[in-house]
Amino acid sequence: MGNQITFTVDGKIINAAEGEMLLWTALDNDIYIPHLCGERNEKERPASCRLCFVEVDGRPAPMPACTLPVSEGLVVKTRSERVDALVAAGFELLMSNHRLDCKNCPANGNCELQRIAKARKLRLKPKNLPVLDKGLPVDDSAPGILYDPNKCVLCGRCIRACRHSGNGVLGFTRRGFERIVATFGDLPLGDSGCQGCGDCAEACPIGALAKKA
Amino acid sequence: MKLTAEETRVAVDTTRDILSGPNDSRGNLIPVLQQVQKKLGYVPPVAMQEVAAHFNIPAVDVYGVITFYNQFRLTPPGKNQIKICMGTACHMRGANIIQEAWERRLKIKVGETTEDREFSLERVACVGCCTMAPVVVNNEEVNGKITPTRVDGLLFSYELDKKNAAAEGGEDNGQ
Repeated sequence: MGNQITFTVDGKIINAAEGEMLLWTALDNDIYIPHLCGERNEKERPASCRLCFVEVDGRPAPMPACTLPVSEGLVVKTRSERVDALVAAGFELLMSNHRLDCKNCPANGNCELQRIAKARKLRLKPKNLPVLDKGLPVDDSAPGILYDPNKCVLCGRCIRACRHSGNGVLGFTRRGFERIVATFGDLPLGDSGCQGCGDCAEACPIGALAKKA
Repeated sequence: MKLTAEETRVAVDTTRDILSGPNDSRGNLIPVLQQVQKKLGYVPPVAMQEVAAHFNIPAVDVYGVITFYNQFRLTPPGKNQIKICMGTACHMRGANIIQEAWERRLKIKVGETTEDREFSLERVACVGCCTMAPVVVNNEEVNGKITPTRVDGLLFSYELDKKNAAAEGGEDNGQ
Protein backbone atom coordinates (compact mmCIF):
# COMPACT_ATOMS: atom_id res chain seq x y z
CA MET A 1 0.00 0.00 0.00
CA GLY A 2 1.01 3.57 -0.49
CA ASN A 3 2.40 3.01 -4.00
CA GLN A 4 0.90 5.38 -6.52
CA ILE A 5 -0.70 3.54 -9.38
CA THR A 6 -2.74 4.43 -12.44
CA PHE A 7 -5.91 2.84 -13.69
CA THR A 8 -8.89 3.85 -15.78
CA VAL A 9 -12.51 4.38 -14.88
CA ASP A 10 -14.87 5.09 -17.77
CA GLY A 11 -11.84 5.98 -19.94
CA LYS A 12 -10.57 8.52 -17.42
CA ILE A 13 -7.04 7.93 -16.15
CA ILE A 14 -6.87 8.05 -12.37
CA ASN A 15 -3.90 8.14 -10.01
CA ALA A 16 -4.40 6.75 -6.54
CA ALA A 17 -2.71 4.89 -3.73
CA GLU A 18 -2.59 1.16 -4.35
CA GLY A 19 -5.04 -0.83 -2.29
CA GLU A 20 -7.53 1.96 -1.78
CA MET A 21 -11.11 0.95 -2.53
CA LEU A 22 -12.27 1.77 -6.02
CA LEU A 23 -15.46 3.45 -4.84
CA TRP A 24 -13.64 6.23 -2.99
CA THR A 25 -11.02 6.85 -5.67
CA ALA A 26 -13.80 7.17 -8.24
CA LEU A 27 -15.77 9.59 -6.07
CA ASP A 28 -12.60 11.65 -5.49
CA ASN A 29 -12.31 12.00 -9.25
CA ASP A 30 -15.91 13.13 -9.76
CA ILE A 31 -17.14 9.82 -11.04
CA TYR A 32 -20.35 9.06 -9.18
CA ILE A 33 -21.10 5.48 -8.19
CA PRO A 34 -24.29 4.91 -6.17
CA HIS A 35 -23.58 3.72 -2.65
CA LEU A 36 -25.33 3.56 0.74
CA CYS A 37 -23.65 1.21 3.17
CA GLY A 38 -19.96 1.97 2.64
CA GLU A 39 -17.89 4.47 4.57
CA ARG A 40 -14.43 5.61 3.65
CA ASN A 41 -12.54 5.27 6.91
CA GLU A 42 -14.32 2.18 8.10
CA LYS A 43 -12.64 -1.21 8.33
CA GLU A 44 -15.95 -2.98 8.23
CA ARG A 45 -17.30 -3.16 4.66
CA PRO A 46 -20.65 -4.90 4.66
CA ALA A 47 -21.15 -4.41 0.91
CA SER A 48 -24.80 -4.99 1.66
CA CYS A 49 -26.59 -2.25 -0.25
CA ARG A 50 -25.74 -3.83 -3.61
CA LEU A 51 -25.73 -0.49 -5.42
CA CYS A 52 -22.07 0.25 -6.19
CA PHE A 53 -21.64 -2.41 -8.87
CA VAL A 54 -19.09 -1.77 -11.60
CA GLU A 55 -17.85 -3.73 -14.59
CA VAL A 56 -14.18 -4.73 -14.29
CA ASP A 57 -12.16 -5.94 -17.29
CA GLY A 58 -11.22 -9.58 -16.87
CA ARG A 59 -13.93 -10.30 -14.29
CA PRO A 60 -16.86 -12.41 -15.41
CA ALA A 61 -19.54 -10.47 -13.52
CA PRO A 62 -20.06 -6.96 -12.12
CA MET A 63 -18.67 -6.48 -8.64
CA PRO A 64 -19.18 -4.00 -5.80
CA ALA A 65 -16.73 -1.08 -5.97
CA CYS A 66 -16.60 -0.60 -2.21
CA THR A 67 -14.68 -3.84 -1.65
CA LEU A 68 -12.47 -3.73 -4.75
CA PRO A 69 -8.91 -2.56 -4.03
CA VAL A 70 -7.45 -0.65 -6.98
CA SER A 71 -4.39 -2.01 -8.70
CA GLU A 72 -2.11 -0.99 -11.59
CA GLY A 73 -3.76 -1.11 -15.00
CA LEU A 74 -7.28 -1.83 -13.75
CA VAL A 75 -9.93 -1.03 -16.35
CA VAL A 76 -13.34 -0.22 -14.92
CA LYS A 77 -16.66 0.80 -16.43
CA THR A 78 -19.26 2.23 -14.06
CA ARG A 79 -22.14 1.63 -16.46
CA SER A 80 -23.13 -1.37 -18.53
CA GLU A 81 -26.35 -3.17 -19.25
CA ARG A 82 -25.65 -5.71 -16.50
CA VAL A 83 -24.63 -3.08 -13.94
CA ASP A 84 -27.67 -0.96 -14.68
CA ALA A 85 -29.96 -3.96 -14.33
CA LEU A 86 -28.43 -4.94 -10.99
CA VAL A 87 -28.57 -1.42 -9.60
CA ALA A 88 -32.12 -0.86 -10.86
CA ALA A 89 -33.28 -4.10 -9.25
CA GLY A 90 -31.49 -3.40 -5.98
CA PHE A 91 -32.80 0.14 -5.85
CA GLU A 92 -36.35 -0.91 -6.58
CA LEU A 93 -36.21 -3.49 -3.80
CA LEU A 94 -34.94 -0.88 -1.36
CA MET A 95 -37.65 1.56 -2.39
CA SER A 96 -40.37 -1.08 -2.08
CA ASN A 97 -39.81 -0.96 1.66
CA HIS A 98 -39.07 2.72 2.18
CA ARG A 99 -41.79 5.10 3.27
CA LEU A 100 -41.80 7.78 0.58
CA ASP A 101 -42.64 11.11 2.11
CA CYS A 102 -40.05 13.38 0.55
CA LYS A 103 -42.14 16.51 1.01
CA ASN A 104 -42.10 16.23 4.81
CA CYS A 105 -38.76 14.42 5.10
CA PRO A 106 -35.90 16.21 6.86
CA ALA A 107 -33.46 14.74 4.35
CA ASN A 108 -35.32 16.15 1.34
CA GLY A 109 -32.74 17.63 -1.03
CA ASN A 110 -29.86 15.95 0.77
CA CYS A 111 -30.95 12.35 0.39
CA GLU A 112 -28.76 9.61 -1.00
CA LEU A 113 -31.79 7.85 -2.46
CA GLN A 114 -32.83 10.96 -4.34
CA ARG A 115 -29.24 11.38 -5.55
CA ILE A 116 -29.07 7.80 -6.82
CA ALA A 117 -32.45 8.06 -8.52
CA LYS A 118 -31.37 11.22 -10.28
CA ALA A 119 -27.92 9.94 -11.29
CA ARG A 120 -29.21 6.67 -12.67
CA LYS A 121 -32.57 7.94 -13.89
CA LEU A 122 -34.48 5.57 -11.63
CA ARG A 123 -37.91 6.08 -10.15
CA LEU A 124 -38.27 6.62 -6.44
CA LYS A 125 -41.62 4.89 -6.51
CA PRO A 126 -41.19 1.23 -7.52
CA LYS A 127 -42.86 0.34 -10.80
CA ASN A 128 -43.06 -3.44 -10.55
CA LEU A 129 -43.15 -4.04 -6.83
CA PRO A 130 -45.83 -3.18 -4.28
CA VAL A 131 -44.73 -0.85 -1.48
CA LEU A 132 -44.75 -2.72 1.80
CA ASP A 133 -44.88 -0.22 4.62
CA LYS A 134 -43.63 -1.59 7.95
CA GLY A 135 -46.23 0.49 9.79
CA LEU A 136 -43.99 1.03 12.82
CA PRO A 137 -44.32 4.04 15.11
CA VAL A 138 -41.93 6.97 14.74
CA ASP A 139 -39.67 7.26 17.78
CA ASP A 140 -39.24 10.83 19.05
CA SER A 141 -38.29 9.94 22.62
CA ALA A 142 -34.58 10.78 22.42
CA PRO A 143 -33.40 14.32 22.92
CA GLY A 144 -32.71 15.86 19.54
CA ILE A 145 -33.18 12.69 17.46
CA LEU A 146 -36.13 11.52 15.42
CA TYR A 147 -36.17 7.90 14.25
CA ASP A 148 -38.58 6.65 11.60
CA PRO A 149 -37.89 2.91 11.12
CA ASN A 150 -40.27 2.87 8.16
CA LYS A 151 -37.76 4.83 6.12
CA CYS A 152 -34.71 2.80 7.10
CA VAL A 153 -32.84 1.00 4.30
CA LEU A 154 -30.63 -1.00 6.72
CA CYS A 155 -27.30 0.40 5.56
CA GLY A 156 -25.93 0.13 9.10
CA ARG A 157 -24.13 3.48 9.15
CA CYS A 158 -25.96 4.71 12.26
CA ILE A 159 -24.97 1.55 14.12
CA ARG A 160 -21.29 2.11 13.39
CA ALA A 161 -21.57 5.80 14.25
CA CYS A 162 -23.27 4.93 17.55
CA ARG A 163 -20.46 2.54 18.43
CA HIS A 164 -17.78 5.11 17.63
CA SER A 165 -19.12 8.14 19.43
CA GLY A 166 -22.29 7.12 21.23
CA ASN A 167 -23.08 4.44 23.76
CA GLY A 168 -23.52 1.66 21.21
CA VAL A 169 -27.24 1.35 21.81
CA LEU A 170 -28.20 0.72 18.19
CA GLY A 171 -28.01 -2.64 16.45
CA PHE A 172 -29.67 -4.85 13.87
CA THR A 173 -32.44 -7.05 15.24
CA ARG A 174 -34.81 -9.66 13.80
CA ARG A 175 -34.63 -11.32 10.43
CA GLY A 176 -35.82 -11.03 6.87
CA PHE A 177 -38.50 -8.47 6.14
CA GLU A 178 -38.75 -7.68 9.84
CA ARG A 179 -35.08 -6.79 10.15
CA ILE A 180 -34.79 -3.42 11.76
CA VAL A 181 -32.34 -1.15 13.52
CA ALA A 182 -33.42 -1.11 17.16
CA THR A 183 -32.17 -0.90 20.72
CA PHE A 184 -31.86 -3.60 23.38
CA GLY A 185 -35.32 -4.97 24.13
CA ASP A 186 -36.81 -2.58 21.52
CA LEU A 187 -36.79 0.22 24.07
CA PRO A 188 -37.55 3.67 22.71
CA LEU A 189 -34.32 5.57 22.06
CA GLY A 190 -34.99 7.88 25.01
CA ASP A 191 -34.93 4.96 27.49
CA SER A 192 -32.12 3.02 25.86
CA GLY A 193 -29.12 4.85 27.26
CA CYS A 194 -28.81 7.01 24.14
CA GLN A 195 -26.91 10.15 25.05
CA GLY A 196 -28.35 12.14 22.16
CA CYS A 197 -25.04 12.92 20.46
CA GLY A 198 -26.82 12.89 17.11
CA ASP A 199 -24.01 11.18 15.21
CA CYS A 200 -26.43 8.53 13.96
CA ALA A 201 -28.56 11.27 12.40
CA GLU A 202 -25.39 12.69 10.90
CA ALA A 203 -24.47 9.28 9.46
CA CYS A 204 -27.91 8.42 8.09
CA PRO A 205 -27.75 8.85 4.29
CA ILE A 206 -31.53 9.17 4.09
CA GLY A 207 -34.05 10.61 6.52
CA ALA A 208 -34.67 7.65 8.82
CA LEU A 209 -32.65 9.15 11.63
CA ALA A 210 -32.76 12.92 11.72
CA LYS A 211 -32.03 15.75 14.07
CA LYS A 212 -35.13 17.32 15.52
CA ALA A 213 -35.86 20.67 13.98
CA MET B 1 -43.96 -9.69 30.46
CA LYS B 2 -42.81 -8.99 34.01
CA LEU B 3 -40.47 -11.49 35.65
CA THR B 4 -40.64 -12.11 39.37
CA ALA B 5 -37.61 -11.29 41.53
CA GLU B 6 -37.08 -15.01 42.00
CA GLU B 7 -37.04 -15.64 38.25
CA THR B 8 -34.59 -12.81 37.71
CA ARG B 9 -32.30 -14.18 40.40
CA VAL B 10 -32.41 -17.71 38.95
CA ALA B 11 -31.77 -16.33 35.46
CA VAL B 12 -28.73 -14.33 36.58
CA ASP B 13 -27.29 -17.21 38.62
CA THR B 14 -27.81 -19.75 35.85
CA THR B 15 -26.27 -17.47 33.26
CA ARG B 16 -23.23 -16.68 35.41
CA ASP B 17 -22.81 -20.38 36.04
CA ILE B 18 -22.83 -21.12 32.30
CA LEU B 19 -20.49 -18.20 31.58
CA SER B 20 -17.86 -19.46 34.01
CA GLY B 21 -16.78 -22.03 31.40
CA PRO B 22 -16.21 -20.57 27.95
CA ASN B 23 -13.85 -17.67 27.12
CA ASP B 24 -14.99 -14.44 25.49
CA SER B 25 -14.36 -15.45 21.87
CA ARG B 26 -17.35 -14.47 19.76
CA GLY B 27 -17.78 -18.06 18.54
CA ASN B 28 -18.98 -19.07 21.99
CA LEU B 29 -21.88 -16.63 21.96
CA ILE B 30 -24.54 -18.84 20.40
CA PRO B 31 -23.57 -22.04 22.30
CA VAL B 32 -23.82 -20.03 25.54
CA LEU B 33 -27.22 -18.64 24.61
CA GLN B 34 -28.38 -22.14 23.68
CA GLN B 35 -27.34 -23.42 27.09
CA VAL B 36 -29.18 -20.56 28.81
CA GLN B 37 -32.27 -21.36 26.80
CA LYS B 38 -31.95 -25.07 27.59
CA LYS B 39 -31.63 -24.45 31.33
CA LEU B 40 -34.23 -21.69 31.69
CA GLY B 41 -36.52 -22.45 28.76
CA TYR B 42 -36.10 -18.89 27.55
CA VAL B 43 -33.56 -16.06 27.46
CA PRO B 44 -34.64 -13.10 29.59
CA PRO B 45 -33.13 -9.59 29.19
CA VAL B 46 -31.04 -9.90 32.38
CA ALA B 47 -29.39 -13.03 30.97
CA MET B 48 -28.65 -11.23 27.70
CA GLN B 49 -27.03 -8.38 29.59
CA GLU B 50 -24.86 -10.80 31.55
CA VAL B 51 -23.82 -12.53 28.33
CA ALA B 52 -23.09 -9.21 26.60
CA ALA B 53 -20.86 -8.11 29.49
CA HIS B 54 -18.98 -11.41 29.34
CA PHE B 55 -18.33 -11.15 25.60
CA ASN B 56 -17.60 -7.43 25.75
CA ILE B 57 -20.18 -6.57 23.11
CA PRO B 58 -23.15 -4.19 23.19
CA ALA B 59 -26.25 -5.82 24.69
CA VAL B 60 -28.14 -4.99 21.51
CA ASP B 61 -25.88 -7.40 19.58
CA VAL B 62 -27.00 -10.27 21.80
CA TYR B 63 -30.58 -9.13 21.38
CA GLY B 64 -30.01 -9.12 17.62
CA VAL B 65 -28.86 -12.76 17.70
CA ILE B 66 -31.77 -13.81 19.92
CA THR B 67 -34.35 -12.16 17.67
CA PHE B 68 -32.65 -13.49 14.52
CA TYR B 69 -33.01 -17.18 15.37
CA ASN B 70 -36.39 -18.78 15.87
CA GLN B 71 -35.02 -21.28 18.36
CA PHE B 72 -34.68 -18.62 21.06
CA ARG B 73 -37.61 -17.51 23.22
CA LEU B 74 -37.76 -14.16 24.94
CA THR B 75 -40.58 -15.06 27.31
CA PRO B 76 -40.97 -18.04 29.64
CA PRO B 77 -42.99 -20.87 28.04
CA GLY B 78 -46.58 -21.15 29.27
CA LYS B 79 -48.14 -24.19 30.90
CA ASN B 80 -49.90 -24.80 27.60
CA GLN B 81 -47.60 -24.28 24.66
CA ILE B 82 -49.82 -23.64 21.68
CA LYS B 83 -47.97 -24.32 18.43
CA ILE B 84 -49.67 -23.24 15.24
CA CYS B 85 -48.51 -25.16 12.20
CA MET B 86 -47.41 -22.86 9.39
CA GLY B 87 -46.46 -25.61 6.95
CA THR B 88 -47.54 -25.31 3.33
CA ALA B 89 -50.79 -27.26 3.72
CA CYS B 90 -51.82 -25.49 6.93
CA HIS B 91 -50.83 -22.16 5.44
CA MET B 92 -53.06 -22.80 2.43
CA ARG B 93 -55.90 -23.80 4.73
CA GLY B 94 -55.75 -20.51 6.58
CA ALA B 95 -53.28 -21.00 9.40
CA ASN B 96 -52.83 -17.24 9.64
CA ILE B 97 -56.55 -16.91 10.41
CA ILE B 98 -56.09 -19.47 13.20
CA GLN B 99 -53.09 -17.54 14.45
CA GLU B 100 -55.18 -14.37 14.57
CA ALA B 101 -57.93 -16.20 16.44
CA TRP B 102 -55.47 -17.35 19.13
CA GLU B 103 -53.88 -13.93 19.35
CA ARG B 104 -57.27 -12.30 19.78
CA ARG B 105 -58.51 -14.82 22.37
CA LEU B 106 -55.33 -14.89 24.45
CA LYS B 107 -54.61 -11.20 23.92
CA ILE B 108 -50.95 -11.93 23.13
CA LYS B 109 -48.85 -12.02 19.96
CA VAL B 110 -46.93 -14.97 18.59
CA GLY B 111 -43.83 -15.60 20.69
CA GLU B 112 -45.42 -14.22 23.84
CA THR B 113 -46.85 -15.71 27.01
CA THR B 114 -50.06 -14.71 28.79
CA GLU B 115 -49.68 -12.77 32.02
CA ASP B 116 -50.94 -15.76 34.08
CA ARG B 117 -48.35 -18.05 32.39
CA GLU B 118 -51.08 -20.42 31.25
CA PHE B 119 -50.57 -20.08 27.49
CA SER B 120 -47.72 -19.32 25.14
CA LEU B 121 -48.11 -19.02 21.40
CA GLU B 122 -45.69 -20.12 18.72
CA ARG B 123 -45.53 -20.71 15.00
CA VAL B 124 -43.91 -23.95 13.88
CA ALA B 125 -43.09 -25.51 10.54
CA CYS B 126 -44.85 -28.65 9.33
CA VAL B 127 -45.80 -31.04 12.15
CA GLY B 128 -46.43 -33.87 9.69
CA CYS B 129 -50.18 -34.38 9.57
CA CYS B 130 -51.08 -32.26 6.57
CA THR B 131 -54.38 -34.09 5.89
CA MET B 132 -55.69 -32.53 9.10
CA ALA B 133 -54.72 -28.97 8.11
CA PRO B 134 -54.85 -26.48 9.68
CA VAL B 135 -53.21 -28.04 12.71
CA VAL B 136 -52.58 -26.73 16.21
CA VAL B 137 -50.46 -28.63 18.73
CA ASN B 138 -51.12 -28.00 22.40
CA ASN B 139 -48.10 -29.36 24.27
CA GLU B 140 -48.09 -32.88 22.73
CA GLU B 141 -51.75 -33.05 21.76
CA VAL B 142 -52.46 -32.63 18.05
CA ASN B 143 -55.68 -30.88 17.04
CA GLY B 144 -56.65 -30.99 13.37
CA LYS B 145 -59.11 -29.10 11.16
CA ILE B 146 -58.99 -26.05 13.40
CA THR B 147 -61.40 -23.16 12.87
CA PRO B 148 -61.71 -19.97 14.94
CA THR B 149 -64.74 -21.58 16.64
CA ARG B 150 -62.64 -24.62 17.50
CA VAL B 151 -60.12 -22.27 19.09
CA ASP B 152 -62.89 -21.06 21.40
CA GLY B 153 -63.87 -24.70 21.99
CA LEU B 154 -60.32 -25.71 22.92
CA LEU B 155 -60.03 -22.82 25.33
CA PHE B 156 -63.43 -23.66 26.83
CA SER B 157 -62.55 -27.33 27.32
CA TYR B 158 -59.28 -26.25 28.89
CA GLU B 159 -61.20 -24.03 31.33
CA LEU B 160 -63.51 -26.95 32.14
CA ASP B 161 -60.56 -29.31 32.75
CA LYS B 162 -59.03 -26.75 35.02
CA LYS B 163 -62.28 -26.31 36.97
CA ASN B 164 -62.74 -30.10 37.33
CA ALA B 165 -59.17 -30.54 38.47
CA ALA B 166 -59.62 -27.76 41.02
CA ALA B 167 -62.89 -29.33 42.25
CA GLU B 168 -61.27 -32.76 42.56
CA GLY B 169 -58.28 -31.28 44.31
CA GLY B 170 -60.70 -29.60 46.73
CA GLU B 171 -62.46 -32.90 47.47
CA ASP B 172 -59.16 -34.63 48.07
CA ASN B 173 -58.24 -32.00 50.57
CA GLY B 174 -61.61 -32.35 52.26
CA GLN B 175 -61.15 -36.07 52.95
